[in-house]
Amino acid sequence: MRPVYMVSGGVSKFEKARPDATFQKMVKESFDYAMNDVPRLKRHMIDGSVVSYFSDHFTRQLMAGIMATDYLGLCPKPNKRVEGGGATGGLCFQAAWEAVASGRMNVCAAYGFETMSHVPTWKGNEFIALASDVNFDYPVGGFYSGYYAMMVNRHMHEFGTTVEQLAMVSVKNHMNAYFNPYAQKRRKLTIADVRDSEMVAYPLTLLDICVMSDGAATCLLADEETAFRLTDRPVRITGVGTGTDMMRMSDRPHGEVILAPNEKKSDYRKLKYPGVHSFRAGRSAGLQAYRMAGITDPIREIDFVELHDAYTSSEIQTYEDLALCKYGGGGKFVEEGHPFMPQIDYGLKLKKRGTIPVNPSGGLIACGHPVGATGLMQAVFAFWQIQGSIRKHYGDGELQLAKANRGLIHSHAGTGTYVTVSILERGW
Amino acid sequence: MAKKNPTKLASASTRVEELMTGTTVFNVPLPQDLKRLKTMSPIVIKHPYLVEYIHSYGQDSPFFAGLSNGKLLGTRCRKCNYTYATPRLACVTCGRETEWVELPQEGRVHTFTTCYFGSEEFLKETPFHLVLVEFDGVDTLFLSRLLGPERPEDIRIGMKVKARFRRNSQLKPTDVYFVPGE
Repeated sequence: MRPVYMVSGGVSKFEKARPDATFQKMVKESFDYAMNDVPRLKRHMIDGSVVSYFSDHFTRQLMAGIMATDYLGLCPKPNKRVEGGGATGGLCFQAAWEAVASGRMNVCAAYGFETMSHVPTWKGNEFIALASDVNFDYPVGGFYSGYYAMMVNRHMHEFGTTVEQLAMVSVKNHMNAYFNPYAQKRRKLTIADVRDSEMVAYPLTLLDICVMSDGAATCLLADEETAFRLTDRPVRITGVGTGTDMMRMSDRPHGEVILAPNEKKSDYRKLKYPGVHSFRAGRSAGLQAYRMAGITDPIREIDFVELHDAYTSSEIQTYEDLALCKYGGGGKFVEEGHPFMPQIDYGLKLKKRGTIPVNPSGGLIACGHPVGATGLMQAVFAFWQIQGSIRKHYGDGELQLAKANRGLIHSHAGTGTYVTVSILERGW
Repeated sequence: MAKKNPTKLASASTRVEELMTGTTVFNVPLPQDLKRLKTMSPIVIKHPYLVEYIHSYGQDSPFFAGLSNGKLLGTRCRKCNYTYATPRLACVTCGRETEWVELPQEGRVHTFTTCYFGSEEFLKETPFHLVLVEFDGVDTLFLSRLLGPERPEDIRIGMKVKARFRRNSQLKPTDVYFVPGE
């Protein structure tokens, strides 16, 4: 395998609805933005591409991938669609990494999109719930917010996590997004606002849950030699990991914790793992990526994280899977302030702010979640953070971290069925 | 003179309900000047997307036959001595074919939620409670609905529940549901 770099990225701003554009045009907007940011890259230098979208139901256009590809003028070069639920974008990013790492391509484009506005919200929830077993789970009342609510109720029972701790994640991510012009929801909230908003699936309220979006994102990846020819600030992808788990969360085992390098067996004497409170796929993906990147103490060795916060609860669960804290410590981790940005006033009293900022962009909860684009959007925002080019791309430098040499991106599907983790580092 | 506390007549969220109905339109005007086309509003149409889908429960079929006869069936791997509450005909640990076994009809709430919204298909049934049920001697959980308690605050993790069955089977997993036990 050879080193792989990200050389550019672009996002077509996520919106509730984009009736003015088809999916091809949204992809083109993000692709053109990425191309314009590396003028030395000409389209003929792109050897092939990977495309991602989650649901054929939302698109109602089979083989939409090739239609995005031909719109970009990338035929007759290699292309394929990558799909894996909510982790579709993360899997697409890693598929492009594979194409370059293997030597098959020197430059590979990864782009993804989703058009969720084409059906009303509750029909959209039905489409998403079809990503649960249609024999046993969907017909009982298939609803992803319900599934995540059951998981967090068990997490609260097991570890004492509180709804106020969940609400703090929402306050944090919405406030970060306040400074991100790409975000769909830019709002200053209080814990009370989150708790007082409409109950969707007990204990998750409307503001604990991400929204549906239309949008697209593009990442451009290249081998080392090409990367340094194109830009003097390429970002190296030093670790990739992909984990899986059983589709039905009721089938998950109740066994032993898969230990991170900074944990020991005695940390978890009584914990049955993963049960429905933790994501074994997330832990597995994280550990693979850490091993490849040579990370043994993630909280000290990583500067920031962009993770898949489809729910405030899953952000807390994911802190633990990624070993940013011990299993069970996720609620305290946010309460103490560790994942908050050091420079932003959240209107909260925080003891230890900014140990490791999580979702500096605002995450899915505030930026939106056009499924096939989401994992790629995270890569673009992390790329700009590491490049130090947040001010250039956001038109506002508030979210630029002083130290952003190494970031982690995390994409997550189903009730934790596919999870990807990739490590991005300053390459120059 | 303005009143100190004028009655609030409308808030920012005062809106008429958006409907998915509309008017049939067959033609739209086109400007003479083609340069103006790029500023044209998008044309949005609506059409149905319905299918009658033939779904086979395949190797899971006996589970549904069990429900229509008041029995809850799971599967067991004899080699691993591992029992699946939601049946699967292949053991995930050793790969062997599993055997059908009858599950107990009493268990405990492993976790729960109350759905106030849901997928369109189930929206009219909200609010409803979802539970994952754990059974003694069974290694995995079972997703079902809980009837009886009114509010989520009335449900406790660990509380005893027992299975009930629809008299007229619909051949759906909702043919079984749970109610609080003793």
